[in-house]
Amino acid sequence: MTKIRPRAKHNLATRLWHWTNVVALFILFMSGLNIFNAHPRLYWGSYGANTDPAWLELSRFPGWITIPGHYSLADGRLWHFFFAWVLAVSLTLFMIISLVNRHVQRDLHIRKREWNPKAIWGDIIAHLKLDFSHGAGKYNFLQKVAYISVIFVMIPLMIFTGLTMSPAMDANWNWLLTVFGGRQSARSIHFIVAWGLVGFFVVHIVLVMLSGPIRQLRDMIFSGREEEQQS
Amino acid sequence: MKTLSRRNLLSTAAIGLGGFLTGCDRLNESPAFRDVLSSAEDANFTVQRALGSRTQLALEYQPDEISPFFRGNGTQNPESDEYQAMAVDNFTDWRVAVTGMVTNPLSLSLDDIRALPQRSQITRHDCVEGWSAIGKWTGVPLKLILDIAKPKREARYIVLRCADTLAGGPYYESIDMIDAHHPQTIIAHMLNDEDLPIRNGAPLRLRVERQLGYKQAKFITAIELVDRLDDIGEGKGGYWEDRADYQWYAGI
Repeated sequence: MTKIRPRAKHNLATRLWHWTNVVALFILFMSGLNIFNAHPRLYWGSYGANTDPAWLELSRFPGWITIPGHYSLADGRLWHFFFAWVLAVSLTLFMIISLVNRHVQRDLHIRKREWNPKAIWGDIIAHLKLDFSHGAGKYNFLQKVAYISVIFVMIPLMIFTGLTMSPAMDANWNWLLTVFGGRQSARSIHFIVAWGLVGFFVVHIVLVMLSGPIRQLRDMIFSGREEEQQS
Repeated sequence: MKTLSRRNLLSTAAIGLGGFLTGCDRLNESPAFRDVLSSAEDANFTVQRALGSRTQLALEYQPDEISPFFRGNGTQNPESDEYQAMAVDNFTDWRVAVTGMVTNPLSLSLDDIRALPQRSQITRHDCVEGWSAIGKWTGVPLKLILDIAKPKREARYIVLRCADTLAGGPYYESIDMIDAHHPQTIIAHMLNDEDLPIRNGAPLRLRVERQLGYKQAKFITAIELVDRLDDIGEGKGGYWEDRADYQWYAGI
């Protein structure tokens, strides 16, 4: 009589956040490069300008990778700050909802038994062999690590290092400068983690492509059904 | 079949991305969309003000943290004959007018400024471009000048008029009364215990420490109190605000 409906693979909050986040991160990265072009040098510490030693010095990023497609610090900032709000608000909502609906505890939480070198090594080998069967649970160890680091480490780092570049926020929250080791260090970390997110994006896309891209895409849009657990 | 759809997916994504970027460039030129984007400025202003008190101090640094060289930006040396003549004369005849909505308009010499109570602060200057420099600024708190000039009740903003022009337009900036009365908002005449170098705004520049560098007007000739900004310059409250759509509130 009671027919058990399989649980949605991705719930609505996850899907909404995922696509909002895609748009926000794309725009933030590309408008961020436009802003970076205004001073393509990076420093460690509190201060850093042209006569100070830079740990990285680049020429300007080309227009095809920036928003807008021509150099404009003012316009880059317009885009960047609007979508920074989109990023921060949507991440906060997603975190709260995912704790409440237990997405985090159920799907992302790494269990004690998963912290097992042999199992982790096995997971790495399986990935290298392009074997994506999951065993029990929605995500395997490496997936969980990747998603947790994006959601709980990298994007929050982007937000807080971004705030550390704000003289008003530094006055309000002096601790930001202490945590990140000064405004120029925060700017450097912001740049490094941005490329870290690009790295995640590339690996993520490649793995989606290798593991049934049409189905993956469809599920992330229309929710899909949770796979039956293999026992 | 699978590879085919995979290839289709990739090319669709590439076309989509191209369209997205063209779309972004088109949106970038749309005044209505720019209004949407610039709503973030209001959000930043409201939240950043709400998260700290009116007198929340910017971090002050130790003498050994001062930048070896404090770079100049914008106008490095105002071209006008008048300014150049003043510079030769060590700015002895420089006057700064305090005008507009005040009951007691002033015209202050550098000696007048130096005779008022002074404040020194080692703070970090953050350029909108991304670089920072730390320097020790000495000057008179703007609040003390305002206390003498007695702003009228309608006054809402302080406009700073400058001796330099950039690309043919006079530089100017403006701040609100909260920032004008902030303890670290000073009209500075010294950098690192020496007279202000010309590239950093000699003889007088504004320090408003919770905002970015383009707000820190240099070569100040007048401090004008007004109740609105829309009839000054092109109406957005500052040179770069008018020219390039920089945010008037430069807290980030």
